[in-house]
Amino acid sequence: MNKLILVVVAVLLLGGCSDDWGWYVVDPTTKQGITNLKFLASGLYYTVLLSVTAIVISVITGLLVALPGLSSNRYLRGFNRVYVEVVRAVPILVMILWVYYGLPQLLGLSMTVFWAGVIALALSDSAFEAEIFRAGIQSIDKGQYEASHTIALNYVDTMRFIILPQAIRRILPALGNQLVYMLKMSSLVSVIGMQELTRKANELVVTEYRPLEIYTVLLLEYLVLILIVSAGVRKLERKLKTNQRES
Amino acid sequence: MQAAEQKVIKVKQISKFFGDFQALNNVSIEVGLGERVVVCGPSGSGKSTLIRCINQLEVHDGGVIEIDGTTLDGSRNSLRAIHANVGMVFQQFNLFPHLSVLDNLTLGPVRSGKVTQSEARDLAMNYLERVRIPEQAEKFPAQLSGGQQQRVAIARSLCMEPKIMLFDEPTSALDPEMINEVLDVMVELAESGMTMVCVTHEMGFARRVADTMVFMDYGQIVEKSDTDKFFRNPESDRCQEFLQQILPH
Repeated sequence: MNKLILVVVAVLLLGGCSDDWGWYVVDPTTKQGITNLKFLASGLYYTVLLSVTAIVISVITGLLVALPGLSSNRYLRGFNRVYVEVVRAVPILVMILWVYYGLPQLLGLSMTVFWAGVIALALSDSAFEAEIFRAGIQSIDKGQYEASHTIALNYVDTMRFIILPQAIRRILPALGNQLVYMLKMSSLVSVIGMQELTRKANELVVTEYRPLEIYTVLLLEYLVLILIVSAGVRKLERKLKTNQRES
Repeated sequence: MQAAEQKVIKVKQISKFFGDFQALNNVSIEVGLGERVVVCGPSGSGKSTLIRCINQLEVHDGGVIEIDGTTLDGSRNSLRAIHANVGMVFQQFNLFPHLSVLDNLTLGPVRSGKVTQSEARDLAMNYLERVRIPEQAEKFPAQLSGGQQQRVAIARSLCMEPKIMLFDEPTSALDPEMINEVLDVMVELAESGMTMVCVTHEMGFARRVADTMVFMDYGQIVEKSDTDKFFRNPESDRCQEFLQQILPH
């Protein structure tokens, strides 16, 4: 595997020496290269803002969908099942198109590209978040609910102080996974004109005719962004683990 | 009349099914204020189910349970009666692993609006002294021994200041050398006049503190008598046999 990576890097570097390559478009030593790189990086703001807004909404929605799924009432459980199965079955790109072009007509209101993107991504992701929460909550021992009952905690307090803090520690790796997934999926919102990383790259490619170089930079932008996020999630996991001091 | 008012637990002909299995069959028992009852019997005899019905961790299928005069019918009112009167200690402790010992103790009193955070802290420290582990207040449950954890669990229940304490095999999950430190706390609690219903196989403890012994088998109360009489002269064959099996030779 390591060898393979070395070969790929070598080919890229050697290729850079050939006349067929045009790294000049993103060469930070030239003025034009700097301008182009700044243009590419300017999409970062919306990629992050879009993904973070969407994940926050999606986590909250996911939790609100997961809780009825754990109810003893079969209609509430039914709601959970239908929501998860239907939302999970819609491809994200289709969801984006539907929310941006379809939903405003249905509701009779206009929607910005940003909010259409947020809603589509959050909606798509919420079904997965709901399943993650359900699994996490179900993994908590029944005795925790019983002990909560004996110290007179109501349902909301039991969830808030006892069950969810423990469940969230357990599902943190899965939630981190979804955040990474969300950052990647936000690239699809470029199709409705959101000025995020992928859209910027597309626009630059159209003017510079250098897809290989520009998309390579784009790829590296996502790679760096996601490595940073992954490191952050791991740090949080370690912090929560030491707090609990559980072996 | 006065004697009737003194009964804080009244269980009248309750039954409980788990699917086809009948865990309780027409069980009736009354417990007076300050009375100590020890329930024993073979596993699967329904003794845990009985005390779990008393605080409605299991909802009984038939019959009536009254706690301090309130009939348990799943209403808010009956829930309030349980929360105000009944504490419970579990075999597996069921401490909250993500909270410190102190937070385990203060959460209930604070959230039920009885006391402020600082009052709850004093209350918690007071009960931690009573179970003799005040120095563990800042630790997390996983850092304590089994015996210490169970004593924290007892203190957690006591912080709610219940009239009745239920114990569901409180020493069964403990290593032998830790059983006595928990039983000592329970004996002190009994001596302080707490109404207690204990499911336990610790017959030494039962002899020492119980006013009334109950023997259950196949979901029924087979024998219920004063502690002296129970150990000296059990009436039923089944009970005699059981005692012979578990009492030390």
